[in-house]
Order: sequence, then C-alpha cells, then structure tokens
Amino acid sequence: MAALTEEQELLKNQAKNWANEEAPVSKFREMRDSGNEFGFDKATWSAIGEMGWAGVLVPEEFGGVDMGHLTFGVILEELGRQLTASPLLSSGLVGANALVLAGTDEQKKTWLPKIGDSSAVVTLAVDEGPRHAPANTVLAAVASGDGFKLNGQKTHVLEGLSADAFVVAARTSGSAGDADGISLFLVEGTSKGISRSRLQTADSRGYASVTFDDVEVDGGALMGTLGQAGETLDALLDRARAGMAAEMLGVAAQCFDMTLDYLKNRVQFGQVIGSFQALGHRAAILFTEMEMARSCVEAALQAIDNDADDVASLCSLAKCQAGTFLTHVSNEMIQIHGGIGVTDEFDAGLYLKRARAAEATWGNHSMHRDRFASLNGL
Amino acid sequence: MSESNESLEAFRAEARAWLDENFPKSIAGRGAELVSGEFVDANANSDLKLWVERLGNKGWGTPTWPSEYGGGGLSQLEAEVLKKEMSAAGAFNPLIVMAGMGITMVGPTILEYGTEAQKQKHIPPICRADVFWALGYSEPNAGSDLASLQCKAEDKGDHWLVNGQKTWTSGADHAQWIGCLVRTDFDAPKRDGISFLILDMDQPGIETRPIQLIGGASPFCETFFNDAVADKSEVLGELNAGWTVGKRLLQHERQSQTAAGATIGGGFKKSIQELAEEYVGRDPQGRIADGDLRARIADHLMKAKAQRLTIERITAEARGNAKVSAAASILKNAASAITQEKAELTLEIMGNSGIGWEGEGFDEAELAAVRGWLGSKANSIYGGSYEIQNNIIAKNILGLPENTQRG
Repeated sequence: MAALTEEQELLKNQAKNWANEEAPVSKFREMRDSGNEFGFDKATWSAIGEMGWAGVLVPEEFGGVDMGHLTFGVILEELGRQLTASPLLSSGLVGANALVLAGTDEQKKTWLPKIGDSSAVVTLAVDEGPRHAPANTVLAAVASGDGFKLNGQKTHVLEGLSADAFVVAARTSGSAGDADGISLFLVEGTSKGISRSRLQTADSRGYASVTFDDVEVDGGALMGTLGQAGETLDALLDRARAGMAAEMLGVAAQCFDMTLDYLKNRVQFGQVIGSFQALGHRAAILFTEMEMARSCVEAALQAIDNDADDVASLCSLAKCQAGTFLTHVSNEMIQIHGGIGVTDEFDAGLYLKRARAAEATWGNHSMHRDRFASLNGL
Repeated sequence: MSESNESLEAFRAEARAWLDENFPKSIAGRGAELVSGEFVDANANSDLKLWVERLGNKGWGTPTWPSEYGGGGLSQLEAEVLKKEMSAAGAFNPLIVMAGMGITMVGPTILEYGTEAQKQKHIPPICRADVFWALGYSEPNAGSDLASLQCKAEDKGDHWLVNGQKTWTSGADHAQWIGCLVRTDFDAPKRDGISFLILDMDQPGIETRPIQLIGGASPFCETFFNDAVADKSEVLGELNAGWTVGKRLLQHERQSQTAAGATIGGGFKKSIQELAEEYVGRDPQGRIADGDLRARIADHLMKAKAQRLTIERITAEARGNAKVSAAASILKNAASAITQEKAELTLEIMGNSGIGWEGEGFDEAELAAVRGWLGSKANSIYGGSYEIQNNIIAKNILGLPENTQRG
C-alpha cells in the first residue's frame, strides 16, 4: 500500500486545524445540550460545504473534485477527532456513492451537485431491525402503474431526520434472507406517505426511523437493475464501512491522545502516573493496536480507489479492527482517567458513546469478522 | 535519488534473467526448511551449495550493502523488486541463515559504526556467508537488565583480555566470530562503561556449551571466556560507547521483521485455512465446522493481515529511505504475538494429532508443528522481551517518563 501523498497530508492538516478552531468537541457538546433534534449544527454543516469537502467524492462533471476515498478518509478522521457531527459521511460519502454506483443520469444530474455543495442531504436507508443484515430486507416495493409503491419501515437511518432524499433498499421479489430480489430506489424526503421519528441515541447523533406507507414513486426512482441491487448494495455498504472506520480511527486517535496527555500530567504518589510501568505498558499496547488499525483503514480506502479485488475483505477488516480498537481505547480512556472519566463534564463519555454507536452502524465487529472469515476460505 | 519506472523495469528484467540462469530449480520453494533447521547444512545439498556461492558472489544476499565491500549495491526499490522476483521464482536467501547474525544484525552495525579496516575485514565474508556470527549480549544475571552485565575486557596494551560468561549466544558452537558487549570501564555508571568487542571464536580461551530448549533443539549456547583475547582494533564504535552500538544492533534485528529488512522468503507451507479444512472439516454451508475455532482463526488472520499492512505502510512512509524505524518495537511485538498465536491455533486445529513428540502415529508436519509451537515461545523473549519493547514504545515513542524504580 502507498503512503499518504503530500496533498493528502496537507488536507489532513487543514482539516485538523479547522476542526480544532471551528468545530471542537465543545461545539458538539453545545449541540447536544441545545437538544438539536437533527443531531448536527446547520452552521457547521454549511461551513463544511463551503470548504468543498462534501464534493470530494463527487465526479467533476457534477461539480465535485473526485479525489477519492483515501482523501475523503483523512477529512473524516480529523473531524472524528472532535466528534464533529454532520452529514459529511452519510451524504458526502454514502449518498454520493449510491448515485455514482447505481444512479441514472437524471438522478445524478439532480442530486450530485447538491450533495457536493452540501445543499442537500441524501442518505441510505437499509437496516430494518437491531442487527445489520441487508439480505433480510422486507420493506416491499410493488409495481404500481408506471412506478412502484413502497411499504415498510427503516430504522437506524443516519441523518434520517434531515435527509432530502433516501436511497432505500427494498424487496421487489423473494423473501427475507434472499440476497436476490433487492432493489434500490431514490425517494424524495417530501414524498407523500413518509413519516420520520427521531431516535434519541446515546451519542446524540441524527438517527431516525423512517416509515414508508404507500409511498408512490415513478419508474425513474429505480437505481440500477430491478431485483439485482445485492452486489451494488454490498459495494456501497463497503464504502460506507470504510468511511465509518476512518471516522472511528479519528475518534480513537483522540481518545488515545487525551489519555496519553493525562498520563504525562496527572501526578500521584509524587510522580506523573505515566511513569508507572503498569500504565506505560497499556499505553504502548494501545499505540501498537492503533498503528495496526490505521493500516487496515488506509488499505481499505486505497483498495476502493484502486478498484482492487479484495475491497470487501479489506473493508470488513477495517471496520472490525477500527471497531475493536476504538472499543478498547475508549474504555481505557475512562479507566485511566479515573473518577473524572465518568463525569459528564469531561469529554471522555462523549467519545465512549460515539464509539458504541459507530460500532453498531453498518455491521459490528463480530459481523465483519464472520464476513472476513467467509471471504478468506474459512 | 529518484528512479524512473523504466529503470526499475530494466532491473526487473535483469534480475529475472539472472535468477533464471543461476537459481537451481531443484531447490525452489524450500526456503521454509531453512528456518526450521532441516536444510541448513549447505554441504549436504550440492544445488543449495551452488546457490549460496552464486548469490554470495553476486552480492544479492545483501542486496543494499555497498558493492565495494561485496554487497549488491542496489537501491531499496531495486531490492524490493529483487525480492519479488525471487519469491516468484521460488528462490530464497539462504545466506541470512548461514551467516548467523552476520547479515541481519552485525553487518549493518559494522557498516554504520565500523572503521574502514573493520569493514574491509568483516563485511565481504559476511556477504558470501563464509562466516557465521554469534552475539554475546545476555549473561546469567543480565537478561532484561542488560546494562548490569559483568563480562569484562581489560586493556593489556596490545590486546584485550576477556573474562566472564555470556548466555543465549545463538549458534556460538559453530560460529567463527562473536560480537560481545563487555565492560571496559569498571568505575563508570552501568551503561557508560560498556564496549562492543569482536572476538575470534577459534581460540582456547572461549568454550561453548549448547543449551537444550523445551522444543528439543539447541540453537543457543552458554559461552565462557577464560583469558580470551581480542585484537585492539576490534572495538566497534567508540570505546565505552557499546551501549549505543549494541542498542542500534537490536534495532536492526527488529527492523529485519519489516519488508525493507532481510528475510529468507520462499516457503510454501499449508495455510491455516487448509489445515482447518483438513482436520476440522466444513459444515453444510461450507464453513469451518467448529464455529468458535473458526472465529478465532479469523481473528488471527485479521491481526496477521493488519501486521503485514503495517509493514507495507511504514515501508511506504519511509519513502525508500531504509532508516531504522522507531516502529520496529511495535512490529516486533505484533509479530511475536501473531507467530505464537498461529502456533497455538495450529495445534488446536490438529487436536489429538497436535501433541506428538516423535516416532509413529504422527506425520512430519504434525511433529514440526509441536516443535514450532515450543520454539515460538522464545519469540517474545529474545532481542528484548515483549515487556522491554513496551518500555521502549512508552519511553521513546510516546515520551512517557521513566520510572526511577525501573533502573
């Protein structure tokens, strides 16, 4: 695998500086405390849009810069460090990729420019139950006139409350558990029959349940081939997972840095506690795990950009390794900080909550370990 | 130095042609046997002997070392190309085993700290693997606390007189040379009075006694120095600066675990997936039948993949600059954990067939797996234990202060 280019390093620094100054974790806390039902601050999202970051994956012909997933990943990582909440991942990566992978020309023309300048949010609605299992999709799309009628419920839809359009995985044939018979539809958020309810999650992000009650769409809403969306959905989800893994890596790296900082400054028994071998070794182990997780995340993002053969395996590896490391480091952060770590006033809890929610999103580590096993001859 | 793809491709063609002409096909794919020690005597196989000579004379067993001392004079990128081409041909680098510690550790350290005369004297025989090098670091009372070593060298005017004992000296019973950390200033604080001294093993003042390990093999010796002598010119680096030289040498050891480092390569062994299929079988869905074991094998494969990707990433980030990386301790700890885990899992997969020691009832691979499992226990002990590596990471990479109790 290749190292980050100078351009990517520059962007990473730029994103880090911006997040530190304009969207530090204190802004996320303010957003949470304000009871903001969307789970992100609109002004912060506009600022992200002005910098063009939502258009990094949008093709040039639709107004974006088409710089690839590794580049997008460095931004997600740096914003992850400050828990910056915005639709950048759900729309700028997942929404944009859905259109790039499966959108019709008309859909691309309509939505990609808006995704790129952050004037619209397009998100994926896939999960229907507590476990991430796309093949179990039952939300039904039945042919009706020139179009389709959608009935069913989606849950755990990221930015589901603010979305201007949904990419909906729906069953057009077969039954729950069949990989075949799933189709993707692009459904406008204002369509009659859509109702949304906010899910107040521990991490204060913008998750929602979305109900489709006789939602009528025309034939132009279909993305890709009818009943054959399984592979596309896999590819799309892999990109989503790799992007989430990049964000998780940033969240984890910040947990690590905060913990290391505490180890260097907290004095007990007349010396800084980082001089105690029991704690120094835990920091060394966490650092080793972080280096390994970083390699997995960057490899997955590069594999997507290179259209490599092992994208699926690497994306599962990245989500799994980023997830296990983030779980480990966020818990160690609390324990090593001691009493202050469990106070709401201190930021550790915000990171712990984000870690848990991100771990559950688009497949947790055990799902991805199982998938990796199947993809690697086990 | 920037290299065009064109010149690299030209080198690839050159390497391929040379390998085609010079690598004996009869030994293709047998590199792994060198590691396990089954194939180490070059004289026992005339094709292996021929390959050792050809590779040594070409300098490609030490591809990036300067050609003026017998190395290959290749750039890092050329060396990576060579490695890939060797791997594709089933070729491997037996010199790494046959020179003992010469190629992985001593040679790079002599190239960095040695005088011109030391380089002229010691490097060319290492490049040809004409000599086997041992190292004398640990002592019975100086293991992880290496700086408390007591083996001493006294300045006798025209030579050094060495007395003391070393332990865990690998292959000392058939080594021609040994690099030792010895105390040369008896009044200085622990780390300040140590020098790195090179001794000829062929002398009456040095005796070796092999140590039998739990796996049955005796790769290490106890080595005794009774009025042994060394030439005055054989101090490597500054007098009393041996701690620095010796630490550097260990970094080279850890570095040898990275892609840029020296590896033997060229082994075709059964994968853990193939073993699991053979011993455990598959369920009707095609999954390895034992679900818990399957998950733990997958976990292991993920960690192993993460480790390989990290080597690739760190190598790429070094941008062709083969400097010894601070990440060497991370890679060493990860590598030893993965090797040990693989050995444990392999026996678990083999079940009742994974407990054989010798004789009937077990095939060669099963017996080797048991010996390999026992052998792997040393991986997290030698070259600075797992705990010492964590100390290094905590202090040198993370900048955590040293506890005064640690010494």
